[in-house]
Amino acid sequence: MSVAIKANRLTPYMFLAPAGIILIFALLYPIGYMIYASFLDWSPSQRIGQAEFIGFRNYVNLWGDEAFRESFWVTIRFAAIVVTLEMVLGVGLALLLDRNIKGMAMLRTVFILPMMIAPIVVGLMWRYMYHPTVGIFNRTLKNFGFEGIPWLSDSTWSFIAIVIADVWQWTPFIFILALAAMQSLPRSALEAAEIDGANEWQKIVMIKLPLMMPVLIVTLLLRLIDAFKVLEVILVLTNGGPGLSTEILALRIFRTAQEFQELGEAAAMSNLLLMMLMVLTIGMFAYSRVQEARLARQRAAVEKDAD
Amino acid sequence: MAVQKETQNPAFYALIVALVVMSVGPIALMLATSFKTNVDVYDVSVPAFFFSPTIKNYETVLCNFLWYEPAHVDYCDPTFGRALVNSLIVGLISTGLTLTIGCMAAYALVRFRFMGRGTVSMTTLLMRMVPPAVLLVPVFGIWTFQYGLDQTYTGIILIYTAMNLPFVIWILQSFIVQVPIQLEEAARMDGANPFQVFFLVVLPIIQPGLAAAAIFTFRIAWNEFLLANALSGRSTRTVPVTIVNSITEYDINWGVIMATGMLLAIPPILFTFVASKQIITGMTAGAVKG
Repeated sequence: MSVAIKANRLTPYMFLAPAGIILIFALLYPIGYMIYASFLDWSPSQRIGQAEFIGFRNYVNLWGDEAFRESFWVTIRFAAIVVTLEMVLGVGLALLLDRNIKGMAMLRTVFILPMMIAPIVVGLMWRYMYHPTVGIFNRTLKNFGFEGIPWLSDSTWSFIAIVIADVWQWTPFIFILALAAMQSLPRSALEAAEIDGANEWQKIVMIKLPLMMPVLIVTLLLRLIDAFKVLEVILVLTNGGPGLSTEILALRIFRTAQEFQELGEAAAMSNLLLMMLMVLTIGMFAYSRVQEARLARQRAAVEKDAD
Repeated sequence: MAVQKETQNPAFYALIVALVVMSVGPIALMLATSFKTNVDVYDVSVPAFFFSPTIKNYETVLCNFLWYEPAHVDYCDPTFGRALVNSLIVGLISTGLTLTIGCMAAYALVRFRFMGRGTVSMTTLLMRMVPPAVLLVPVFGIWTFQYGLDQTYTGIILIYTAMNLPFVIWILQSFIVQVPIQLEEAARMDGANPFQVFFLVVLPIIQPGLAAAAIFTFRIAWNEFLLANALSGRSTRTVPVTIVNSITEYDINWGVIMATGMLLAIPPILFTFVASKQIITGMTAGAVKG
């Protein structure tokens, strides 16, 4: 009997142990290791014990490195532009298509495809379409008698090219989330507005958007976090070039480690990127906490009124 | 109140058709190109979609699996075929492992009241935040110098399992919470031990959740490039790695590479059409519930 009780008490730990062990050894430890490695002068041929401890020098070097600052700004610019475009398009489409139309289920299914396919393959498809002579864009332009566009060989156009590819891939994400949020809005509020004689536009601006705001903000932050992680599509499309025009931070980390074999510096960059994302995530948590608290207060107030 | 189907302005249908064309277009173009010879690809007079198709590219890619020898293949390069097998091994094993370990942990967290759901969803979100690029340096260092797992399947499978676990635990929790505890109590009365209760009672009920989690996990393992590139050796390379290796070369054979890309894209496309509902649920749950 006592053995059975003991076994029962141990069960939860036995269920949890495999997950715990894997997470500690394969996730927590590497992240801690990276923070440590960012203080080392370390090349891949060395064991970490042989690498020299150099304090904050990797970070100082980064700050003085013009190429790093450039790619930092490229990242910010890319994330800001892409997320703004996708939010406007995605929410706009959701507002437009929030009605009983037959093809809707089909559209939603088809819309997930770009997100499900490997980013490497997405990059491949777009690279083919951007091809200077055989790509579909330039062929179409030339058929109509226009000049071809140097999609991937001009620094402005290549930035536009990666933005277009990302918008193609991720607008559906915003669309689907916005549509889900819209369809769970309380019908009563909209009906009340209708009775008061609100027109379509007023309903959108004064009822739908404010009520959807919590979900929209979380969506925005999720997308923003993901925008900082984009790497494969750009790697295949431009490999950061021409020059540094499309070299976002994640790609720079990859190249620093892979091509230039500067693991310490790559770790320092990883740390900076991680800290930026940490700020965003904490912002998101704080926002949803505040929102929950407000909702709870409102509910309490409503109940009080009802009494 | 029944939802009445209003008749809609035809413009909306036009818009939907346009959107469908836009999102499928590039994929269709890739599919079409994968049936083109390299000569046709570079011949501007050959239309993008209407041409005489050939399966030569697929024969080239899969030459080491064919029972016959295609006449146009002089030398069979086994790289792509091997990479497909590697991707399958890595994807299937890591999905199986993640699901087994993940649902055990989720079950323990729900039924034995360990940490609240708050802690788990927090970890999930924190993990979502970590870009694979950030894991690149430490994972490469540790796997090579401490675990001795570089260039092995085990190494790649281990990191994929770890990366996917938080999400899987989190999504399965929401399914396990809904399993009525009376069912489990009844089974226990009949003399089942906790493991029997879990495997014979709980698991069959949460199958839809397992399906959703499996799709998400497999997709990440199947598509991932960065860590696979750092950790795999010549014989363990996955498909994304071989694709990137072959495009950095000077002369791109578009037909063959599109055929490879298509083979890589087919499983996710199939999942999408079979289980779009579960995928959308998984996706929206992530944002709506925080």
